[in-house]
Amino acid sequence: MANDCITMAHGAGGKISRDLMEKVILPEFGNPLLNELHDGASVNMSGNVAFTTDSYVVQPLFFPGGNIGKLAVCGTVNDLSMTGAVPRYISVGLILEEGFPIKDLRTILHTMRQMADKAGVMIVTGDTKVVAKGQADGIFINTAGIGDIIPGTHISPRNVKPGMKVLLSGFIGDHAATVMASRHGLELPPTITTDCAPLNGLTKAILETAPDVPVLRDPTRGGVAAVLNEIAESSGCGILIEEDALPIRPEVQGVCDILGFDPLYLANEGKCIAFVPAEEADAVLAVMRANEYGKDACIIGETTEEGAGEVGLRTPIGGIRVVDMPLGNLVPRIC
Amino acid sequence: MCLAVPAKVVAVDQMMGKVELSGVTRDVSLMLLPETAVGDYVLVHAGFAIQKVEKDDFDETNDLLAEMHGAPRKVEGPLDREQFS
Amino acid sequence: MSAQEERRQAQELVAVIEREAKAAGRPLRFMEVCGTHTVSIFRAGIRQLLPENVELVSGPGCPVCVTPDSYMDKAIAYAERDDVIITTFGDMLKVPGSRSSLNEVRAKGADIRIVYSPLDSVKVAAENPDKKVVFLAVGFETTAPTAAATVIAAEKQGLKNLYMLSAHKLVPPVMHALLNDPDVKVDGFILPGHVCVITGTKPFAFLPAQYHLPGVVTGFEAVPILRSLARLTTMAARGEAAVENEYPSVVRTDGNPVSRQLTEQVYEPVDAEWRGIGMVPKSGLRMRDAFAAHDIERILPLDIQTVPKKTACRCGDVLRGVVKPVECPLFGKACIPTHAVGPCMVSVEGVCAAWYKYGRGRFIYGK
Repeated sequence: MANDCITMAHGAGGKISRDLMEKVILPEFGNPLLNELHDGASVNMSGNVAFTTDSYVVQPLFFPGGNIGKLAVCGTVNDLSMTGAVPRYISVGLILEEGFPIKDLRTILHTMRQMADKAGVMIVTGDTKVVAKGQADGIFINTAGIGDIIPGTHISPRNVKPGMKVLLSGFIGDHAATVMASRHGLELPPTITTDCAPLNGLTKAILETAPDVPVLRDPTRGGVAAVLNEIAESSGCGILIEEDALPIRPEVQGVCDILGFDPLYLANEGKCIAFVPAEEADAVLAVMRANEYGKDACIIGETTEEGAGEVGLRTPIGGIRVVDMPLGNLVPRIC
Repeated sequence: MCLAVPAKVVAVDQMMGKVELSGVTRDVSLMLLPETAVGDYVLVHAGFAIQKVEKDDFDETNDLLAEMHGAPRKVEGPLDREQFS
Repeated sequence: MSAQEERRQAQELVAVIEREAKAAGRPLRFMEVCGTHTVSIFRAGIRQLLPENVELVSGPGCPVCVTPDSYMDKAIAYAERDDVIITTFGDMLKVPGSRSSLNEVRAKGADIRIVYSPLDSVKVAAENPDKKVVFLAVGFETTAPTAAATVIAAEKQGLKNLYMLSAHKLVPPVMHALLNDPDVKVDGFILPGHVCVITGTKPFAFLPAQYHLPGVVTGFEAVPILRSLARLTTMAARGEAAVENEYPSVVRTDGNPVSRQLTEQVYEPVDAEWRGIGMVPKSGLRMRDAFAAHDIERILPLDIQTVPKKTACRCGDVLRGVVKPVECPLFGKACIPTHAVGPCMVSVEGVCAAWYKYGRGRFIYGK
């Protein structure tokens, strides 16, 4: 490109807009459906369809192990996966701030394509807008996606019954700890990065093993605590988890100790919580552990008749405390 | 309010140091604990090292329990109990 | 320590507490005066493990909670000025003043920055030479030295635009005030571990000497807290009174003299207002005249009147351990963490917030 920053002209719809599409976006995203450059994509679907959308506004845009583009593609893939669907097609809407470096845009788009390929989805339509300096924070991304519901599945929290096992696909808090550490002057070893990953392979394997699994959820904002509270409330069951059983990396616990956070409230971008009938728990655990994103899967607790609508946590000394809904932004507690 | 965590000192440069806790590192001020040396364990509060950590609590509990079962009391620390009785 | 080992030690300590509480043969009430202990006790689920006649009550251990309306009104008034940047610990943002909160004025454009360390304010001041950077200096003996050191660091760097709005509080004077209050009944204190790291144990010697009460300094994990309760119950049962140190890994008799010297260099004791408790003699710190150039109240005096709000909030009684949060008519109804009426519901470490967050459970296993 002639200049290396986004200008208002890139969003004006003329030749310079076209240049951005042909020289920056298509080289990364290009595929037969997108290359048509129609107003929309025409795709084939069979049976019931899952449909989702989400917007991404993270700071910093780049962090250890990923960037906003990785979050956007994986987030939409995962939302479809948790609905019991095989993700097929996604759209990408970009809102760019005047002055945003085109080099950074290329990096983000490249990551998005990599993640789409990894998840086996196609980016089939999109949109680009440019706003004046100061009216956005570098780049905002909206992704929407559609997928085929896997026949025979019945994802609904209402199907959660007492006595089911709660399975978690791996270590919690990695994503939030990575982002928080960079915001608050903490350094993490290079082994600790965002856990952001597409989970459609994992959820498909779970549902093929146990089609009657009533809940699959990815504990993003609000963390494990938010997901468990939502399920307890909508199912009317109690949920009791064991503090000992929660997989937390020592480094993530370290960030929490220093900043006064509770790992149960930290966001994850590549984890899955499954509610599984007790008799199928071992089989599901085995297929989760066989997947690259479920190697550290474990059972963290179970649903109960007691404590209806609430989440309890049994501490190592045998006491029980309530795990409530997160209340707002996480701020460091010195205090 | 007084959230504080123990951490290992991995670097010292005059009044600033770097501490490590479970692989996480952060710069801390040594203004309140000027004699800190690399390798010390220190208690960190609000970005300051505030005390040297001498000994693991683990042993203290076992000592207390041993005492409850009849062993002589040795977890008193430096404070003389009789002094204030 | 492994979870099994932790559980084993906890069970043994609970057995000691049960044995001694039985021997005491009367209700025992122990008070913690550190907000971090309040939270730890709830997080570990300790209350449910204790025998019927051992009750834990929370004292004024949360510095955010005891900070009065008048302080918050001043902080908000400074924040609203275009030439001021406020730096603060995160917990202060939600605390209501008499008419607004820092969160509200921040949403309207005030420059308020959350810091992990007071020292981070020095960097903000250096980067913004045309602004007055005001650190909201709250906290007990543990935190006061970090603010004092920050002032001295600013002096050394020749930074003239860093100021403190000071409301530091001291623990022993407020314990005196509580013990002289006929409504307050306690049989011993869990002493604040990290305050004692700075002060040492000597400033608490008045407990056995003047009130014949035991006090035990301890750490913040479940087992150390149970350890302190085992000692308190034992001493109470036997009619003994002493200050004991169950946190010797970091608490020395003499504390941290360097920290105290820095605090004394910058601050002097002053009568101070505690929310819910009132004026307590020599229980606060103000900046000495030598550091007046860093005291925002002397550089930019404000003329604001704080009119006390009239509500049914019983924070004052809660902070003195006279009533439990659930006995307040507002608790869990008009007053919840997202719409706090009283300060005890605002801070994560507030007694009411901890009860609300961890203690309303319908999961009852044991007590």
